[in-house]
Amino acid sequence: MEDKKTPLLDQLEQGPWPSFVTEMKKAAEKDDSAKDLLLQLEQSYVDKKGHWKHGGIVGVRGYGAGVIGRYSDSPEEFPHVAEFHTVRVNQPSGWFYNTATLRKLCDIWEKRGSGLTNLHGSTGDVILLGTKTDQLQPTFDELSDAGFDLGGSGSGLRTPSCCCGPARCEWSCFDTLDLCNDLTHTFQNQMHRPMWPYKFKFKISGCPNDCVASIARADLSIIGTWRDSLRIDQEQVKEYARSGMDIRGEVCEKCPTKALKFDEKAQELQVKVEDCTRCMHCINRMPKAIRPGVDKGATILIGGKATILRSAFLSWVIVPFMKMEPPYQELKDLIDKIWEWWDENGKTRERVGELIYRLGMGNFLRAVGLPPVPQMVREPRANPYIFWQANEVERGEGK
Amino acid sequence: MGYIDFNGQQYEVDEDGFLADPTLWTRELAVFLAKNEEVELTDEHWKIIDYLVNYYKQFGIAPMVRKMVKDTGFSVEKIYELFPSGPGKGACKIAGIPKPTGCV
Repeated sequence: MEDKKTPLLDQLEQGPWPSFVTEMKKAAEKDDSAKDLLLQLEQSYVDKKGHWKHGGIVGVRGYGAGVIGRYSDSPEEFPHVAEFHTVRVNQPSGWFYNTATLRKLCDIWEKRGSGLTNLHGSTGDVILLGTKTDQLQPTFDELSDAGFDLGGSGSGLRTPSCCCGPARCEWSCFDTLDLCNDLTHTFQNQMHRPMWPYKFKFKISGCPNDCVASIARADLSIIGTWRDSLRIDQEQVKEYARSGMDIRGEVCEKCPTKALKFDEKAQELQVKVEDCTRCMHCINRMPKAIRPGVDKGATILIGGKATILRSAFLSWVIVPFMKMEPPYQELKDLIDKIWEWWDENGKTRERVGELIYRLGMGNFLRAVGLPPVPQMVREPRANPYIFWQANEVERGEGK
Repeated sequence: MGYIDFNGQQYEVDEDGFLADPTLWTRELAVFLAKNEEVELTDEHWKIIDYLVNYYKQFGIAPMVRKMVKDTGFSVEKIYELFPSGPGKGACKIAGIPKPTGCV
């Protein structure tokens, strides 16, 4: 940064947290677009506004998604970021890499782009941050030869992601990594060629701790659970008690349904199975003593989305329990029905959660063939504006 | 913003090559725009282009992909066969209608 200065950004090199400015300066030593990006960002700090133009439609042949076009609004001033497109690369399930894989990615990106990345985008993809239009096809071709593919963007299926699951978590109720990989491969067409009213996301968590925040950030949230009893190792319970843990106060009294009883005298913990809502609290507090049950599967929830247009939604339950075993046919059949109904009925830029809000859970459930069950609602409706299906009403003359 | 030269006339286009003023679009210009997309226009291409142009004239927006598939009878796969950059970047650009916006 010999010719131009970045006094505001330089302040962000101070302090203990790893500085993105330091990282960008490292990249700027090798690449002019990274250098111009720093300068444009400094200008944004001065002006307190973004300097990217609206929109941008670029891509690679055969795909309608995976690349986000970006253009600087001051191309004369920052010529090397005049075109600064983002490439989304589908990550491996759970973000497990070996160094050989990362080195391959870096070699390609150093040659074809700015050298800057996000590891990772919030949907999960590897984000390759900043390249020019004429580099897109060669970048894609080289990524493809090295075994990578693009992720999703636009009004199609976005890149699915999952928690680390059974790879390194004893609570995972099914193989999140395998399901994530399977869905990604099964629905390649829906990911690369956007064809729907709007975006659609899957996220997969192995248990209700929901470490990928699927309930908040996915249209279809798949969250591991079990339907038999917690498994309690009483010897380990005693061990926790001996170590001075207040089991009654920290575990039993915090249980949302008061399903746990601790017998102080016998130093034993008992669960009332039918009352347990599988919130994970006792398991989280006593991981050596309590485990999920053995009859495992997942709860399927729908509708999670951010604020626009009609407020933020957390996903809500549509299937309380489904077994999650390859080839996941029951899940895939349900997904196909949901997409068919949404694609047929959704308005432009209407998320599936909003469509259900507009047309009603009843219509949704009938369309996808799911039975209404009490677990779908927190409480029954409070108003009496109830629709009846015509065939449910006895038509009597003069009755 | 940039310009393309065609038939001795200059047409304003944005960075992505979309026509700035859709009213300047002509069938001859479409052939020229198609070359930039490496597309040789056949009757099947024209069926989609004419459909898009008419839809845009009538409604002022591009149709949703499902609508396009239903109305033209071409599957999404077929549309990508005809326009390798897809219905938005490919077909809409050649048909001279404004580029898709939003969270692309």
